[in-house]
Amino acid sequence: MANLNNMSEDFNPSLEFSGKRIKVKKMNKASLVTGLTILGMVLFTIYGLMTFEYDGIKFWHAIVQTLANFKVLFFTPHLTHFTFWQGVFQVLITVALAALTTLISAILAVFLGLLASQNLTSKRTSNVIKGIVALIRAVPEVLWVLIFAVSAGLGSVAAVIGMTFHSVGYLIKAYSESFEELEDGTIEALKASGANWWQIVFQAVIPSSITYLISWTFLRFEITFGVALAMGAAAGAGGIGYAVFMGSSFYFDLREIGAITFFILIFAVLLETIAVQLKRRLKVK
Amino acid sequence: MQDKFFFKKRRNLFLILLLIILIAYSAIDITQFSIGKMFSSIPRSIIWSVTNFYPTSASFSHLPDIINKMVQTIFMSIASVTFAAIFAFIFAICGSKTTRANAFIGTIARGIATLFRNIDVTVWSMILLFSFGQNALTGLFALFFGSFGFLTRAFIETIDEVGENSVEALQATGASYSSVIVHSVIPSSIPQMVSWLLFMIENNIRSATLIGILTGTGIGFAFDIQYKDLNYHVASLIVIVIVITILLLEFISNYVRRVIL
Repeated sequence: MANLNNMSEDFNPSLEFSGKRIKVKKMNKASLVTGLTILGMVLFTIYGLMTFEYDGIKFWHAIVQTLANFKVLFFTPHLTHFTFWQGVFQVLITVALAALTTLISAILAVFLGLLASQNLTSKRTSNVIKGIVALIRAVPEVLWVLIFAVSAGLGSVAAVIGMTFHSVGYLIKAYSESFEELEDGTIEALKASGANWWQIVFQAVIPSSITYLISWTFLRFEITFGVALAMGAAAGAGGIGYAVFMGSSFYFDLREIGAITFFILIFAVLLETIAVQLKRRLKVK
Repeated sequence: MQDKFFFKKRRNLFLILLLIILIAYSAIDITQFSIGKMFSSIPRSIIWSVTNFYPTSASFSHLPDIINKMVQTIFMSIASVTFAAIFAFIFAICGSKTTRANAFIGTIARGIATLFRNIDVTVWSMILLFSFGQNALTGLFALFFGSFGFLTRAFIETIDEVGENSVEALQATGASYSSVIVHSVIPSSIPQMVSWLLFMIENNIRSATLIGILTGTGIGFAFDIQYKDLNYHVASLIVIVIVITILLLEFISNYVRRVIL
């Protein structure tokens, strides 16, 4: 700033430096709402921190303990209740739960997604389906699974059905947005040549959006892997999630949780890498 | 030529279908899933839900307590996102290709974010349960770790997307590193970032329900108690409160997004 002052004096000594700031940005509605949102978040956070029920926990003591636990977790992992290959198999169960859910939901979501896209059906049908999807997505996955578990029993069936709800909702939204990107001209041209609805769908809509569909489906698979893990821990769906739950709530074995964490981490990073590569390759095409 | 084209197309379709069937079959085998049971249990679940899963007038006496727990859960997810946003912003500045100081720090920042993102909130809450116990802080920290990893990746992508040109322009005029950040990176990427924050808050309320069941806090715990007591009328009221909360939040964040983006 000092430099700038000197320079302006050098250039034009007659011009006095007023020290006033020039307003370059006007306050508009967008920046006002942005500011209010951030302010709201900060205020809620402060209020929340003051009203939480801490039950007299010693905060710094717990932090130090957590760091010590991290050290045990990550540097001395050890398996006690199952072998390495059993662990791999547990991860595979979780992956299989996610794969099954994703497959079922992808099939359902293609058809419902077609019905939900405005260029292929009426606006009303589209809005009705989108409304139902919003309602389904508002119920957390774990609650869907637990509700289904009452009559289907805890296990893979309840978990897959419950997880399918959310996953279908997500995919319908993603698919229908990809379908809606198709130009109206293409559909019109096909209609003019006398093609029926199914022909339009299979010859124009799906081929032109298939790369997006694959990319979205895999992205959802990655998310569902995390959900399947949680369902193992919270809703008895089995797999590596159940192993974490047992390790934490029954055996109190930090070193085993460390080993399981590594299993999960390796698989999750692998899935993410595939998803990123897939997305990049599909985008290039 | 044309024959070959259609032959290839059919062959590829056949191979893909085969692969999908193979995956489905092995997944069914591994998880001991039963398709028959799936189809028989769906109508049974619907009948059960209609006849048992609705709030009665008696269950409304629990409403003040439920709303109290819900508010606590909302505060928890907002607080976790606020803290996560501060850390994620610093890490994103260090990790983004356009703003990072050097490649080494960039890789470390991205690596830490990947580590936090890929350990699921379930695992975080189970780990934190050891030192924090059945406490609001367990959920807060678990949500914080998960949000931090996700937001760092989202922020890095945002900065990469919007920042490059304006950063270059400011650097060309000789602006310092800090003024590039303050006058170019933050103003141009803040709407997108706020949009991610809103998404994260919504997402955290859903996760908070799960963490609550696992760690015994907030609205998840309230549901779990009623569910295990087979007190389904109150449990359904809790579900309704959660749904209304999430829809309301979605409405607010859609409004904010429409205005700022």
